Amino acid sequence: MEDVCAKFVSQKVSKARWRPPPAAALRPPDCFATGSWDNEDNRISIWSVGDLGSVGLNGEYQGEPQLLCDIRHNGDVMDMQTLSANQRWEKAHYHVDRGAACGGAACTGVICNNPEIVTVGEDGRINFFRADQKDAVRTIDNADSSTLHAVTFLRTTEILTVNSIGQLKIWDLRQQRNEPSQIFSLTGDRVPLHCVDRHPNQQHIVATGGQDGVLSIWDIRQGTMPVSLLNAHEAEMWEVHFHPSNPDHLFTCSEDGSLWHWDTSTSVSEKPSFLHQGGKSSTFFAHNTINQSVVSAWLSNDPTKDRMEITNLIPNQTLSVNSLDVLGPCLVYGTDAEAIYVNRHLFA
Amino acid sequence: MEEPDAEPPLMVVPGVDSAARQLCFEWGPAEMLVCETLFGGRGGCRRAPPRASPGKPRFLAGAGEGRPSSSSVFVVRKDQDVYVQTLRKLFNESHGIFVGLQRSEEELAGKSRKAHLVQVSKNYRSVIRACMEDMHQAAVSARDPALHSQYSTQVSILSAMELIWNLCEILFVEAAVAGPLLIRLLDWVRLHVCDVNNMVREVLSSENPSKHELFWNVVDVFVLQGRMDEARHLLSKEASANPASLTMCRVLDDLMKKMPVPSLGNMQTLTELELKWQHWHEECQRYLQDGTFASNSHMESICKVLLGDENAILEKKELLTTWYHFLVTRLLYCHPTVKPMELRFYAQSSMDLFLGGESSAEPLDIILMAAFEFEIHQVIKECSIALSNWWFVAHLTDLLDHCKLLQSHNLYFGSNMREFLLLEYASGLFSHHSLWQLGVDYFDHCPEYGRVYLELHIERIPLNTEQKALKVLRICEQRQMHEQVRSICKIMAMKALRNNRLGSALSWSIRAKDAAFATLISDRFLKDYCEKGCFSDLDLIDNLGPSMLLSDRLTFLGKYREFHRLYGEKRFSEAAKLLLMLMTAHIAPCSFWMTLLTDALPLLEQKEIIFSAEQTYELMRCLEDLTAGKSDKQKLQDDDVETMKVEMLRLALARNLARVIVKEGTLEGS
Repeated sequence: MEDVCAKFVSQKVSKARWRPPPAAALRPPDCFATGSWDNEDNRISIWSVGDLGSVGLNGEYQGEPQLLCDIRHNGDVMDMQTLSANQRWEKAHYHVDRGAACGGAACTGVICNNPEIVTVGEDGRINFFRADQKDAVRTIDNADSSTLHAVTFLRTTEILTVNSIGQLKIWDLRQQRNEPSQIFSLTGDRVPLHCVDRHPNQQHIVATGGQDGVLSIWDIRQGTMPVSLLNAHEAEMWEVHFHPSNPDHLFTCSEDGSLWHWDTSTSVSEKPSFLHQGGKSSTFFAHNTINQSVVSAWLSNDPTKDRMEITNLIPNQTLSVNSLDVLGPCLVYGTDAEAIYVNRHLFA
Repeated sequence: MEEPDAEPPLMVVPGVDSAARQLCFEWGPAEMLVCETLFGGRGGCRRAPPRASPGKPRFLAGAGEGRPSSSSVFVVRKDQDVYVQTLRKLFNESHGIFVGLQRSEEELAGKSRKAHLVQVSKNYRSVIRACMEDMHQAAVSARDPALHSQYSTQVSILSAMELIWNLCEILFVEAAVAGPLLIRLLDWVRLHVCDVNNMVREVLSSENPSKHELFWNVVDVFVLQGRMDEARHLLSKEASANPASLTMCRVLDDLMKKMPVPSLGNMQTLTELELKWQHWHEECQRYLQDGTFASNSHMESICKVLLGDENAILEKKELLTTWYHFLVTRLLYCHPTVKPMELRFYAQSSMDLFLGGESSAEPLDIILMAAFEFEIHQVIKECSIALSNWWFVAHLTDLLDHCKLLQSHNLYFGSNMREFLLLEYASGLFSHHSLWQLGVDYFDHCPEYGRVYLELHIERIPLNTEQKALKVLRICEQRQMHEQVRSICKIMAMKALRNNRLGSALSWSIRAKDAAFATLISDRFLKDYCEKGCFSDLDLIDNLGPSMLLSDRLTFLGKYREFHRLYGEKRFSEAAKLLLMLMTAHIAPCSFWMTLLTDALPLLEQKEIIFSAEQTYELMRCLEDLTAGKSDKQKLQDDDVETMKVEMLRLALARNLARVIVKEGTLEGS
């Protein structure tokens, strides 16, 4: 783990996100943003992680993130996405009366698909914004009777939300009615779901993480219940991410202070490695198989056949890991111990 | 009652008219509320009795004409260091080390344990040094002179802390024995006496060091700090620059080379070292008395230093800068095999000789002296008084406790010293809006009172967002603090209910397994249904799952909705069975029976027969129970609608009964 570089930043980190490099550049990302929470004065900070070739003033700290700039943020930073925009949408989420000073509700999740922005909040409301428009394009009031914890795009016209009574809902944006087009529920206890992510290539595979630390994999083409439930963490799972270019790898982080790397790529040598950047070749392969039925390793969880390797990337865990982001070979995560960690050689 | 150790400092509360001398106060968990009690009134003043009632802050903002008065309540905080931004890194990193130390406690034993504890101590020190670096950077870049001076003060406090900690590490944690003790003390002095570093650098980087005016000062510094190799290196420069002194330099160089020093390994015993040292000492004595160095006063004084002449060493006071440097130099050249227990005598005399009665001992000196005397409790006590924050003493005491050095003498109010300090430190953390999470781990490792403190503090954390509430809840659940779990969930559920987020409220009451609250929420739903005629939040009620069993009312709600669904899907017989079960199993509250029976009407009026004879009898019984329960007075008050409903029901039931008897009586029907 010598590749992990830690920095104490004197603020509890609630979100960390890589800034995606321009599509043409094939280099790994070198810039990320973090948001803080629970401070009287919260900040969003942008950090750059220098190239490894350069040696700073103190030779041994060459990998340490350097602060580029930061900006004050009103309230805790709950979620972040990268977009170019020049707008502020105030009071997008509120409980009863928009005008009331104390009636504001927390906005818990935001997702962008340039130029559209979707936000969800504790008030059960879904808001749709466009980067260039001042007011919300559309609002679904009372979309959910409980808190919506996270949102992500399923297709360009569909979004997925998870809420605090263990439901996964699909909303079709083309339809005007304010009802979800599909509702999925957990079996057993309706444990709140905190995070959701969709498989980058196979859009019917969705992963969610719940309050009891269980990772659920869903196939949204069939059934209303999860395909598999994997006992993972001992406390709330805050974020789950499929690796955008190597979707056989999944990362989860949790309140219990651990960050797990789930690896379903089997070690059979003749299977061509998916470990190169650019998702095109892997989907090409997937469509072209003749003899193998490519059921994604995530859906078929036969313990005798597919081996899933699970590694905890944190040796001494103390406080919660609130957020992680993975892009290319780089991983960044932030904790409640006021530290951010960067690993730029994830698959070495 | 014990006497206070020091006079309590006077603090002026800005904004309060101290001339009026009328203040009342109230203690909080980590702060104090203060306000004035003298108000301007027409013709006089009203005095509120300053009676302290625990737990209730009294707001005495008064209206009044006449003299304007301050109607604010002041919050007075004890621990302001917690709010210093640059110290946050210190708190966080040391928290990690602390937790690691507690966890690794059980695994090691013997020598590896000691090595581990020394490593932990070094980690703490490196954290202090890192913080010092940051603080120094901040001081340098601060424009505001007040801020600059504040940071500079902090830097000097931190460096004093590191000095004390380092000494404690040598004497207590590592418990260096005679021999290695001296080496460690030398390292300690070299690390911390850095006033001379600039001078050293200047001379070394000049073109012709031996011609520099401070050349001999630097050589003296090296000799005083026992850095023989560097001193010899400079001497060789002098020898090449000044051939006249070549012989003298060679002799001195030889003496320095041969000087016996204790080694860290066990390669020589103390007696061997003493013998060698004795011989070497005599040799130096001979050279001095022969007058070898008579022509060069610098070299002569160096030789005297090598011989351990205290006056010669004292002459170099400016280069020594501190009495503990003097002490160590003295030990190096007089008693290199000093035993730890002998340190106290040398320390006391060194301090007296060095200070010479001109200046009195400062707090730092007192602390170091206590350490040399191996009075651990005294060290901690003096540090507690001198420092404004509990961080240092809490962590140091904890480390020393792990070294099994603190006798467990109980302080007069119960807990032992380590626990007391940790509790104080953690309480200070809890007064901070963000660092409370660190405090939790500290309370965990206080066996006697930690849990109680945690219970009291954790309920007072403001819960602005759900995510924060979830984190606090997780902390409580992991420690089986059920009271607190229930209380927090209730707060969040009430908030949600007030904002009309029934689903959220329900999820909070499920988490707390709070049946009473679930009943409340279900009643809300049912009330909405009765008013609007349809259910709100169907996505919630349809998907209750096993949480339905949390409360009877909730079960009823779920089943009732199921009834509606079955009816909508035209599965009438199942719907009928369910409806009946709701009443006969007493799942439905009595107030709802009328509604249920009214719901049964359309089923009774259907063309095909849905209710069997048994079921119809049951329904009739329910109706009779319901109407019989009403007193005569209520029956008179019932309006027409009510009576008509009952009539219609009776009629429908009778008709159904008739049909079903016939049907069941015929051959096909049975």
